[in-house]
Amino acid sequence: MAIVNNRLTAEEYAAQFRDIHPPFENREAALVEANRCLFCYDAPCIKSCPTGINVPKFIKQIATDNVKGSAHTIFISNIMGGGCSKVCPVEKLCEGSCVYNLLHEPPIPIAKLQRYATEKAISGQWKLFERKASRGKKVAIIGAGPAGLSCAHVLSREGIDVTIFEKESKGGGLMTYGIAAYKVTPEFCEEEVNYITSLGGIEIRYQQELGKDISLSSLQQQYDAVFLGIGVGLARQLNIPGEELEGVVDAISFIYDIRSKGYPAVAVGDKVAVIGLGMTAIDAATQAKRLGAREVTIVYRRTQDEMPCTEAELDIAKLDGCRLRWLSAPQAIEGNNGKVSRLLCRVMQLGEPDASGRRSPVETAETFTLEVDMVIKAAGQTPFETLVNKEQLQHRQGKISINEHCATSLPGVFAGGDCVNGGKEVVDAVQAGKDGAAAIIEYLAGSGQ
Amino acid sequence: MADISANFLGIKSPNPFWLASAPPTDKKINVLRAFEAGWGGVVWKTLGTQIKNVSSRYSALDYNNTRVMGFNNIELISDRPLELNLREIRECVRLFPDRAMVVSLMADNDRDSWHEMIAKVEDTGAHGIELNFGCPHGMNERGMGSAVGQDPEIARMVVEWVMEKATIPVITKLTPNVHSVVPTGKAVVQAGTNALSLINTIQSVTGIDLDTLVPNPNVGGHSAFGGYCGPAVKPIALKMLTTISQDPVTSRVPVSGIGGISTWKDAAEFMLLGATTVQVCTAAMKHGFRIIEDLCEGLNNWMDEKGFATIYDFIGKSVNTITKWEELDINYHIIAHINQDKCIHCGLCYIACEDGSHQAINLSYGEPYNTYTVKDEECVGCNLCKLVCPVEDCISMDEHRKGAEYLNWQEYQKRGLPLNDH
Repeated sequence: MAIVNNRLTAEEYAAQFRDIHPPFENREAALVEANRCLFCYDAPCIKSCPTGINVPKFIKQIATDNVKGSAHTIFISNIMGGGCSKVCPVEKLCEGSCVYNLLHEPPIPIAKLQRYATEKAISGQWKLFERKASRGKKVAIIGAGPAGLSCAHVLSREGIDVTIFEKESKGGGLMTYGIAAYKVTPEFCEEEVNYITSLGGIEIRYQQELGKDISLSSLQQQYDAVFLGIGVGLARQLNIPGEELEGVVDAISFIYDIRSKGYPAVAVGDKVAVIGLGMTAIDAATQAKRLGAREVTIVYRRTQDEMPCTEAELDIAKLDGCRLRWLSAPQAIEGNNGKVSRLLCRVMQLGEPDASGRRSPVETAETFTLEVDMVIKAAGQTPFETLVNKEQLQHRQGKISINEHCATSLPGVFAGGDCVNGGKEVVDAVQAGKDGAAAIIEYLAGSGQ
Repeated sequence: MADISANFLGIKSPNPFWLASAPPTDKKINVLRAFEAGWGGVVWKTLGTQIKNVSSRYSALDYNNTRVMGFNNIELISDRPLELNLREIRECVRLFPDRAMVVSLMADNDRDSWHEMIAKVEDTGAHGIELNFGCPHGMNERGMGSAVGQDPEIARMVVEWVMEKATIPVITKLTPNVHSVVPTGKAVVQAGTNALSLINTIQSVTGIDLDTLVPNPNVGGHSAFGGYCGPAVKPIALKMLTTISQDPVTSRVPVSGIGGISTWKDAAEFMLLGATTVQVCTAAMKHGFRIIEDLCEGLNNWMDEKGFATIYDFIGKSVNTITKWEELDINYHIIAHINQDKCIHCGLCYIACEDGSHQAINLSYGEPYNTYTVKDEECVGCNLCKLVCPVEDCISMDEHRKGAEYLNWQEYQKRGLPLNDH
């Protein structure tokens, strides 16, 4: 057993990481589905989209061959509508509420249709928005992730000049660095960021990290307002013995490496245990398998009824051949010569509901051992608590506190997205960016500046 | 098993489904395949002085995912040599003596031409003649086709010529490109036609190519009015058929119904409004002759369910259910009811009623599903909500009479009963 990289050929990697949800082959295929849409009034799909995309309208526009109008309808609500069409857990959002479900018929493939329209717009570089004349206002945004980009686009459309400070060398945030490569390619992420900034009035300065290269106080002085969209980033520790062993990695960095270094560079074990069952856990488990791991076992404390990932995500893992150990909590990681060799788990049972409303796992006397050479920790992410403390932002366990106007405790500083909510979907961050932009526009008007 | 055979003025066919005069019936190879597939009869594509056709002849109206809801053509009558057609007709009659062979004719506008053509057709052994007084494109510019059918007196004159000569049944095919088919229908019945058929195609422009800005079909940058048919014209054909079935003169002769018949249901509807046989074209052009199987089986099963032993048990049965508006019962009142167990909360009934009708549906907002209920006192019983509802039997129209007695508008006025106050 060993952790090695470069397990597959270039062709095998390409096959393993090809698009999991292929697009419509052609216009006719898209129209068959577009024409199935009932064009509901006050549609449940709109209400189930955190950005409130007018789904029936954009689908109707595909059906009438007004694809340009369709893309505009999507982007006016969600400028990352292209990426969201690939990564959104639509089965619990728009598609999950499609009225066809109530007829026990397959729902409209909203994401696929959204991809149809937005991909044409992005690859064709359709100019769907125009900036208003410059107002002579400047806003700094920290983080070129979904929240920051969405905020920037709204502000720039309104004639406000935006500078985004991004600590990585590419934009897109978690879309670029934190999602399985078979859902969205690095090339697409780059195109999407370029498409957003092609509006004009948005400058992205890369490799500029808050607290290191830039400080909040200086930005406050130089700009009329600041928006924080710094996300969350730190992997939650398991706090069990053996976490320091070679072969223990966190899912965030594992996925980050896949996205930033390329498939052959990322080492993976023969037998891998993934701890946790959120979306990130699934992305890590399936990609470990696709990188060439022989066995991947997902270890989760509770049961399928309580799991945070969606049914559809779980199915991907199952189809990839990942094993599941339900009601299993990691107790310790053991190793030989400093390298992982075993994961000790305790069998759990369900007890009373906890704060999340889900039944909590309770220890039993039973334990078991998994022979593994790699452990991927995907037990959630924690906010940048030290950083926000240092910048003297009011927060709760690192999550930046904002009021109903998206304003933080510091004057002229706004925030939204994962750094506020602790980590939700891309689509939630996009909406937070829009809310932040609206609040900033109001603030700039009201402050008489 | 019901008997679906038809006897149309002595022209017998094992089923009432004939192929209408059109490309599917323009040559022996097609007609034989149609008979092999099971068609009861054909009306051979119109014979006349040989013509030349243009290229690009058809266009269609699509609706959402459905191709060819309406169909349009600018093709003229048969472009094959007359003698070849006559020889092939004779062969088809010989090979399938049990099928109806009717030949459509459009002779030049003089008595001798008609007499000569009729003699030649009768010589083939064909069972009947259909007079094409309906073609609305090309031939009408030459004073034939619909140009004849649109003028009752010209139509009467031509039928008189025909009846002087014909010894086999003559069916006159009417054009719908008139305000009413009845005047021409009356004229030709009075002139002695043995039967009527309707409708021929409706003059149309099916659409314009938004790139070239030229309507379809595009013949080298130009188009011409075509003849419209297919499912889209069925309601118009049914209305025209009804007027023929209700008129005391035209109802004296049997009718062969035409106009968008694609299924056995369509056929049954035409027959309920008075047609003895029906003619099909667009559906066969779209799907091929194989559709005859379900046409026959569907009609047969429906007749068994309804207890109709022969087609004559139901032909014309619905004619008298269509009355004047003035005779409708104002006391009959229905109110929509939404079955909440079946409702999928699409809101289509609500928005249709709210913006398009009588604001009689109540919306109660929910996350993400709204609840819709009918305001009984506001509902006028228009059916719109039921028509747009995508769920079968979710919305019912329940009877709530305004009064026990039959009360029509004349009587309502006479009694000075109140009109709406809002």
